[in-house]
Amino acid sequence: MPLLEVENLKTSFHTREGVVRAVNDVSFSVDKGETLGIVGESGSGKSVTCYSLMGLIPQPPGRIEGGRALFDGTDLLHCTPRQLRSIRGRRIAMIFQDPMTSLNPYLRVEDQLIEPLLIHDRIDRNLAKEMAVQALKDVGIQDAGNRVRGYPHEFSGGMRQRVMIAMAMITKPDLLIADEPTTALDVTVQAQILELIKREQQENGTAVILISHDLGVVAGFCDRVLVMYAGKVAEMAATKPLFAHPQHPYNRALQRSRPTGDMKGNELYTIPGLPPDLSKEIVGCPFAPRCEFVADACRKDQVRLETVGDDHYSSCLRVHRREIDL
Amino acid sequence: MVRYAVHRLLVAIPTLVVIVTIAFFLIRIAPGGPFDLERPLHPKVMEHLERIYQLDRPLHEQYLSYLRNLLAGDLGPSFYFRDFTVSELILSGLPISVQVGASALLLALGLGGLLGVAAALRQNTRSDYAVMTVATLGVTVPNFVVAPVLTLIIGLQLQLLPVGGWGKPGNYVLPIIALCLPQIAAIARLTRASMIEVLSSNFVRTARAKGLRESVTITRHAIRAAILPVVSYMGPAVANIITGSVVVEQIFSIPGIGRYFVQGSLNRDYTLVMGVTVFYGALIILCNLIADLLYGVLDPKVRYD
Ligand SMILES: Nc1ncnc2c1ncn2[C@@H]1O[C@H](COP(=O)(O)OP(=O)(O)O)[C@@H](O)[C@H]1O
Ligand SMILES: [Mg+2]
Repeated sequence: MPLLEVENLKTSFHTREGVVRAVNDVSFSVDKGETLGIVGESGSGKSVTCYSLMGLIPQPPGRIEGGRALFDGTDLLHCTPRQLRSIRGRRIAMIFQDPMTSLNPYLRVEDQLIEPLLIHDRIDRNLAKEMAVQALKDVGIQDAGNRVRGYPHEFSGGMRQRVMIAMAMITKPDLLIADEPTTALDVTVQAQILELIKREQQENGTAVILISHDLGVVAGFCDRVLVMYAGKVAEMAATKPLFAHPQHPYNRALQRSRPTGDMKGNELYTIPGLPPDLSKEIVGCPFAPRCEFVADACRKDQVRLETVGDDHYSSCLRVHRREIDL
Repeated sequence: MVRYAVHRLLVAIPTLVVIVTIAFFLIRIAPGGPFDLERPLHPKVMEHLERIYQLDRPLHEQYLSYLRNLLAGDLGPSFYFRDFTVSELILSGLPISVQVGASALLLALGLGGLLGVAAALRQNTRSDYAVMTVATLGVTVPNFVVAPVLTLIIGLQLQLLPVGGWGKPGNYVLPIIALCLPQIAAIARLTRASMIEVLSSNFVRTARAKGLRESVTITRHAIRAAILPVVSYMGPAVANIITGSVVVEQIFSIPGIGRYFVQGSLNRDYTLVMGVTVFYGALIILCNLIADLLYGVLDPKVRYD
């Protein structure tokens, strides 16, 4: 049984401009210790998917319209606040895109680090403080004994993300959700942070959902990858086949628009057009207006995620019909 | 922090000099003088009085001598209450004004903060709209309207509380309400806005993601950040309460500093008006400094050096 099983998740935002269907019928699962990557352009619903699981969608304007998210037998979308509290922060932890603002600027790092221990494990305060120092050491912060008494603004962006990781991992969660953890950081720091996540994951046997808009990051890091487009799953597969044998034109286009080493002088491919406005009803495949393989049926027929290979799923109609070979 | 405080106090001196200068010449421009009575004094008596109080000397000499005395801490004798010095008058009114003003300030902070937080937590519900409508009214309606209306309704119509006189606890209620209502309103609006912003901030999201109860998230993480703008508002709030007290003390006949200020102005009691002005100026500067220091205590990013 998978650790987390999300089925038909639908989350929308009821705004003045209309109903924004940010996540529209998304299903996936994560096994124990596994690493799942979620990729897609900005605005494709990656964050909203994960916030929905964590109960972090502001309601209103947000609303979980449907679906299930079974985590070790508990439906995260329909359990009591008490049940959810006992899971989030303890068994599922999360780190965010912007480390500069994700820590409380008015509390000592120490007080923030020990909070999960105090509320979930009811650990003695002094012991918790020792664990906090150790946690900082583990994420590679020098002079942790003193630094732990500092405030977030005394740390650089990369260091703050390390603190966030330490805080997330301090309860040894079963699942870590990392929402673009390196996007806001310098390129040199990015690799270090990813390496750190990998190490923490291996030490604790934690499953990781890594959200990124950077295919390169996901390629080197994840066991399986889910490609999102306009609030829907476009394609999902193990990392290797996903890159070697794309089964959705969007995935293929994403890969073509990725800078690689041997590109000198060649202009980078960009996908024409823009993602659709999610507050409008989308008929047919949401990618159809930008797709080079588009056929009449794509603009009319409802898309569905179907098996196109061994544990390989695609929502492309023409791939289903074997009309195109990518 | 001590060095910072001393520095700020030193910087305040020129500010005070400017206040003194403007006040000194403004009140001299006002028509009439301290010894103009309904039945004019005999010219000889007038001359004598003016000599005693040095009003016969050129204006700039008077100004310089006032500054000199001020530096020595001497606010001079009152022209109207002839047996008292200005310092004595201010000190006699001070306890009463402080009692009323401080109560109003504390009440405004407590109640305004509470209402603001409550409105933010119930954002866009009826109770939010109700609080904010009343608060908007409260901000726009000035003390000199609130005070008579309170007197009229609670004092005269309902006969619940005394409308004048001084000494009994009941006497405090209406003036304090009249003074703090606009401040409650202002602080409630301020707190609501900043609380709403903080509640959608990333670090509050982190706190929720940790599995904290919403109540703990709010008390431990959100409120502390949300009150910072309110702390900054303390200086202006004190200034507003002082301004309000001038009106309110007059309306409720409270023997405080504000009343001396009004009487001093009407009587052209130059030294009394000057003294109270200097005192108010110094008080506002001091309160601003305290607010800034408090801000520094609450916000670790602020460093004084
Ligand atoms: N609080 C909100 N109110 C309205 N719309 C929102 C809100 N949060 C997210 N959305 C919308 O949901 C869609 C998906 O957003 P998100 O999941 O953040 O994208 P990303 O894939 O970049 O993480 C976007 O179109 C965004 O505008
Ligand atoms: Mg995002």
